Amino acid sequence: MKEVTRKIPKKDALGLLLGKPVYTDDIAPENSLIVKILRSPHAFARIKNIDTSEAEKIEGIECIITHLDLPRNPITRAGQGYPEPSPHDWYILDEYVRYVGDEVAIIAGKNEQCVEEALQKIKVEYEIFEPVLDFEKAEDHPSIIHPEKESHPMFEIGFDAEKNIAASYEMEIGNIEEELKNCDVVVHQRYYTQAQAHVAFEPHTAASYLDMHGRLVIISSTQVPFHVRRIIAEAFGLPIKDIRVIKPRIGGGFGGKQAIHGEPFVAAVTLKTGKPAKIVYTRQEVFEATYTRHPMRYDITLGATKDGKLKVIDMQGLSDTGAYGEHALTTFMVAGSKTLPLYNKVSAVRFTGKVVYTNKVPAGAFRGYGAIQGNFALESTIDMLAEKLGMDPVEFRKKNMIAEGETSPIFKIMGEGREGVEMFVRSCKLNECVEEGMKLINWKEKYPRVKISETKIRGVGMAIAMQGSGIANIDMGAAILKLNDDGSFNLLIGATDLGTGSDTILAQIAAEVLNVPTENIIVYSSDTDLTPFDVGAYASSTTYVSGNAVKRAAEKMKKLIIKEGARKLGIEESKVDFDGNYIYEINGDKKLPLKELATVLYYTENQKQLITDASYVGEESPPPFMAGFAEVEVDIETGKVKLINYVAVVDCGTTINPNLAKIQVEGGLVQGIGMTLFEDVKYSPNGKLLTNNLMHYKIPSRLDIGNIIVKFAESYEPTGPFGAKSVAEIGIDTPPAAIANAIYNAVGIRITSLPITPEKILMSLK
Amino acid sequence: MKIKFTLNGTLIEKDVPVNKRAIDFLRDDLGILSIKEGCGEGECGACTILVNGKNVHSCLMLAVELDGKEVITVEGLKDNVIQEAYVEAGAIQCGFCTPGFIISTKALLNETLNPTPEEIKEALEGNLCRCTGYVKIEKAVKLAAKMYKGSDSND
Repeated sequence: MKEVTRKIPKKDALGLLLGKPVYTDDIAPENSLIVKILRSPHAFARIKNIDTSEAEKIEGIECIITHLDLPRNPITRAGQGYPEPSPHDWYILDEYVRYVGDEVAIIAGKNEQCVEEALQKIKVEYEIFEPVLDFEKAEDHPSIIHPEKESHPMFEIGFDAEKNIAASYEMEIGNIEEELKNCDVVVHQRYYTQAQAHVAFEPHTAASYLDMHGRLVIISSTQVPFHVRRIIAEAFGLPIKDIRVIKPRIGGGFGGKQAIHGEPFVAAVTLKTGKPAKIVYTRQEVFEATYTRHPMRYDITLGATKDGKLKVIDMQGLSDTGAYGEHALTTFMVAGSKTLPLYNKVSAVRFTGKVVYTNKVPAGAFRGYGAIQGNFALESTIDMLAEKLGMDPVEFRKKNMIAEGETSPIFKIMGEGREGVEMFVRSCKLNECVEEGMKLINWKEKYPRVKISETKIRGVGMAIAMQGSGIANIDMGAAILKLNDDGSFNLLIGATDLGTGSDTILAQIAAEVLNVPTENIIVYSSDTDLTPFDVGAYASSTTYVSGNAVKRAAEKMKKLIIKEGARKLGIEESKVDFDGNYIYEINGDKKLPLKELATVLYYTENQKQLITDASYVGEESPPPFMAGFAEVEVDIETGKVKLINYVAVVDCGTTINPNLAKIQVEGGLVQGIGMTLFEDVKYSPNGKLLTNNLMHYKIPSRLDIGNIIVKFAESYEPTGPFGAKSVAEIGIDTPPAAIANAIYNAVGIRITSLPITPEKILMSLK
Repeated sequence: MKIKFTLNGTLIEKDVPVNKRAIDFLRDDLGILSIKEGCGEGECGACTILVNGKNVHSCLMLAVELDGKEVITVEGLKDNVIQEAYVEAGAIQCGFCTPGFIISTKALLNETLNPTPEEIKEALEGNLCRCTGYVKIEKAVKLAAKMYKGSDSND
């Protein structure tokens, strides 16, 4: 392969490095009205009265919009396939406010100062209710967070608003209780994971204006431009054709932008005033009023026979979706569907639980999407079970984990919000990942612990993980290729590059098929007027789903070039091929440069635009796999954990661009390490988020992480474009369990709630 | 208040309100859009600029403090050596934090062209990145130092 597996720089690298103005705030119309949101100071209340009269008198204020001025269409902000598996329980503005930070009013004015002043002058009378802040007490709490009758699910998701339940799920294969009786060793443990914040460095930003036809144009820092268009249309009762959504470069997403956030507010202002408008969230707003990861609780029961065979997995969960049910069911199900197939030889497996509403910052999509929560619980317990069996945890995993050519009934039973698809794992180098990781971390020398000094002990631990490659039978991506008169190609894709480099790898796929340099493929992505549909960047779908669409469109283009070239050469199509430069006679001397054909087709003979398109929906979702190995140093005097080494060996199939694949894994690992060791979310007793800035919510800096080593296993996924699977999420899943296991191996204490702070370690050591 | 300073080699004289932040003045009034606001409180480093050769957070600075100073942003770097090193090392993802990293790299390399790994880590501590995991950024800084040394010896 020439273009695929080439370590070329990201197509946008130099432009970004030169600081070019390419993000939403850089390109918003210059005369945009500044939009800000008046937010609720209460965790749960009803707005009795809003008086905007004083605020409206401030010079420069253009409009103030309250819930009384807007259509009240229940929607979900979650950007997912339609109909969405998230309940429609959100309104552009509502009479109820359900968390501290919930939107009360939209204010637009000529500059920051007047809008800030107006925010202070709006008088709101609230009827305050007792908030639900503890997710373990949410079900049947006297306060009902969604008492309104309009909120509803799109289909059966176990929604029960009267009990504060956004979704619920249960499945069982075999008989857990009976099978447990046959087990020689049983372990049971409860785990908690916290509400991690995404902290994409570009804050949520949106701008809007009316074009010359009066259509609403939205520029947005979003992962899901087509979903934004559909949801905005639904929220305002507008035809989809009257809206255009453009995604420029975006400054990171990680799931936090897999939803609408600022878009409806600027749209409301532009629709009302006819003027351009923009909103740039402050960092505090991003923390308090966008999304977090769903905090979850899991009770895990594992049973095995004394020969080391895992027989039973039981996972009973509870998830906290905050004030709105966005991604509630699907993140919960992924905690099972992207962990349980790892151990596919069990006799009985069960996954049950509920996702509850609380009066806290809404939870949403976040890289890993439930899998990291489930992985921490399951992979920690696997180590406990191995120890009880007297087995090396690596050997125990190797004996029980899934292998190439195998399947799991989970694939069919658990999809995302509904049934999944039956599938055999055609590519799985998990065993090679484990073997290679053991070598790189030097497991045999270091397991379980090495004493460094009287107070410092090092330990190693590991975990395995899987993710998916798009959502089978749901996620669709499409691509268009167009030949230019100099022989270059435009690649138009709905796929959404959020900084990952997907524009580049999709161009590489097209270039590989056409046998041209990637530099000859000009990519334009994510504009609902100009590019074909794509669900967007989520569920690790772009390389696999959009990549397969691009590959097909390029194959069609190659055929078309051969057809037109043959005609020009006056030879039968079957006797002609295309090598990237020339259309040539296979057994002869005749040849025609692509550039010449392209020019002729534009201007002189048999004129036409060569253009091809293709769409792709995965019939399967081939999982990438990985093994993660952590080496930690625990200071038993202070409880501080220093991460010395983290080794990740990944099977993502072919790496279309090894550099970009590697940086994706490195970035995922560091987010996972942050979640494991210090990223924490704290609320005041009345429900205000205390960790609302980067001083109080610490994310890893270069000094906080040790040595990171990422390797890829040789692997080829037959259904993927040139053998590729996904790589975006898999890197984040293993750090919590691998580090927790390493700490246990170092000092013999098992921390079961994240983050693993020095306090928790010291308390357990005493 | 009237201030006078050089911005990327050009003398600027302007009236600015005393309460205006340097980042707003540079971005909104002077159109220096490489400067990004990631947090507005001096934690993330996306707004880093060079003031008299040192890297500072422009969100924590008032515009009036620029008076009499020499200010350099990514738009005004004399060469693209650091950027080329970042491209070569593949040290970029979303790019939002990147101009800040470029400036901090420049500040470090103004001090030394032989930075130790610890010096690199410390020099980058004030710049946060949520995408890359820092591994390739560190490589890029090393590479940039090497490239500058190479071009020096050729001079």
